[in-house]
Amino acid sequence: MILQIIDICYLIAVVLFIVGIKMMSHPDSARRGNSIALSGMILAILASFLTPGLDNLALILIAMVLGTIGGIYSAKTVQMTAMPQLVSFFNGMGGAAAALIGLVEYGDLPVDDIGKGAVLMSSLIIGSVSFSGSLIAMGKLQGVVKDIQINKILGFAVLAIAVALAGYILSSGAPQPILIYVLVLLSLIYGLMFVYPIGGADMPVVISLLNSLTGVTAATTGLLYDNKVMLMGGILVGSAGILLTLLMAKAMNRSVSNILFTSFGSSAGGAAAGVDGEQVAKEINAYDSSILMAYAKRVVIVPGYGLAVAQAQHAVHDLEKILEEKGVEVLYGIHPVAGRMPGHMNVLLAESDVPYDKLIEMDDMNEKLPNTDVVMVIGANDVVNPAANDDPSSPIYGMPILEVNRASNVIVIKRSMSSGYAGIQNALFFEPKTRMLFGDAKKVLNELVAEVKNM
Amino acid sequence: MEAIIEYISINQQELYIFILAIFVGVEVISKVPTVLHTPLMSGSNALSGVVIVGSIIVLGKTDPSNYLALSLGFLAVLLATLNVVGGFAVTNRMLEMFKKKPGKK
Repeated sequence: MILQIIDICYLIAVVLFIVGIKMMSHPDSARRGNSIALSGMILAILASFLTPGLDNLALILIAMVLGTIGGIYSAKTVQMTAMPQLVSFFNGMGGAAAALIGLVEYGDLPVDDIGKGAVLMSSLIIGSVSFSGSLIAMGKLQGVVKDIQINKILGFAVLAIAVALAGYILSSGAPQPILIYVLVLLSLIYGLMFVYPIGGADMPVVISLLNSLTGVTAATTGLLYDNKVMLMGGILVGSAGILLTLLMAKAMNRSVSNILFTSFGSSAGGAAAGVDGEQVAKEINAYDSSILMAYAKRVVIVPGYGLAVAQAQHAVHDLEKILEEKGVEVLYGIHPVAGRMPGHMNVLLAESDVPYDKLIEMDDMNEKLPNTDVVMVIGANDVVNPAANDDPSSPIYGMPILEVNRASNVIVIKRSMSSGYAGIQNALFFEPKTRMLFGDAKKVLNELVAEVKNM
Repeated sequence: MEAIIEYISINQQELYIFILAIFVGVEVISKVPTVLHTPLMSGSNALSGVVIVGSIIVLGKTDPSNYLALSLGFLAVLLATLNVVGGFAVTNRMLEMFKKKPGKK
């Protein structure tokens, strides 16, 4: 009877995990999703206490109380900017726990159970890699650990030796109490060698990958115990983690294999600098842009000639209205020479009934830009080119501009990467906070309106 | 080789779960906006702390006179708890920025 109750609890916990993660992929439900996943976890933990023949309860409770205090304290006190480090640290702890379980369990495993033995070995290896890798990743983000070049072939050699050793331990047909620690040691070393050479700017992607690995160890540990909540929860994290890793790499305009195997060292600008030294601009899609804007306090739209060409003045007014309905303050930043004639933008926007008090002149707007969450540049180029301020060799040096790079985020809607009227490249497009949204202004704006509406 | 095939046939059910879970994992986060990448990573990190279930069982089944296994198990429970509790708490803090803006039209 008690076993069935445990199974049902685990089943409910798994459902809560899935629903929780699902809800966490949308901003409105994300917090509730987190709570739902947490309630699933609490249920799973309670159910595990019902396991028949459980001893050492006092020790278990002491360990849990200590862990809870440590976890809550560090999560509450950490600086907002240091959160990725903390996540990496927690992830390493999960990996370590899985490896420790493997170590303890090895003593009880019959030597002729090759299947379970193999599962246990993979728990040990992956858990240890995840542990040491996460700690290095944390050190890198903190700036404590410097980038060191390590020959990746050497790293793979260490991993290969570890796997071979695991194979030997399995096939030896006798307990190997010493070799098992050597195996853990080798795996820990591989974790270090795996993360060491990867540039600090790429750490979020690496942490996501290590997180996925920890999920896999949770799953292999689940296989060891025929425990479905660990199996399911672990694989869920493992596969979601892999997908998330790919998505993150894509958002940074990098490929995962590029990050892991080819790029050594990093530049301060990180993602903004391409591998071959050529500048690469980052793209964003309509969905992500709409979320960025809908959760902003103030959005500033900077229209240019492109808006007029695309006849997108009505579409932009629609976007403004729908964002205002969501409680976002929307203003227009009007550069005196935006478009092909003075006042071009004012006329254009007046045509679609944009309230006049929303059109802010350049000087007033530049005061507001540092407190702006998102600037959306539509078909403007030279009037937002920071080279006018800081590059004396530029032909437009000295021209007053809208200093959009002082806002928190910049989205540039443009048809292509071509240069503006003055025929010069725009450094703004390559800044870390800038995202490019390619396409015809009218079409893109209509998509944005649709996305915001759906939220 | 025989051992592997035997293992597969004994654990068929687990393998089904394994494979289906991979698809579920990919499916549930297939459309996640960039701003949620970090919170979602943190949240799934907290979930990988489900290994705590295993650590509780392992410590609970350890012979109280085996001090080495006892201390390793103790450490496992402690670290897994850190992963779970800290993971959920830090995720919650990250997600506070998505709270509804109060009283603003």
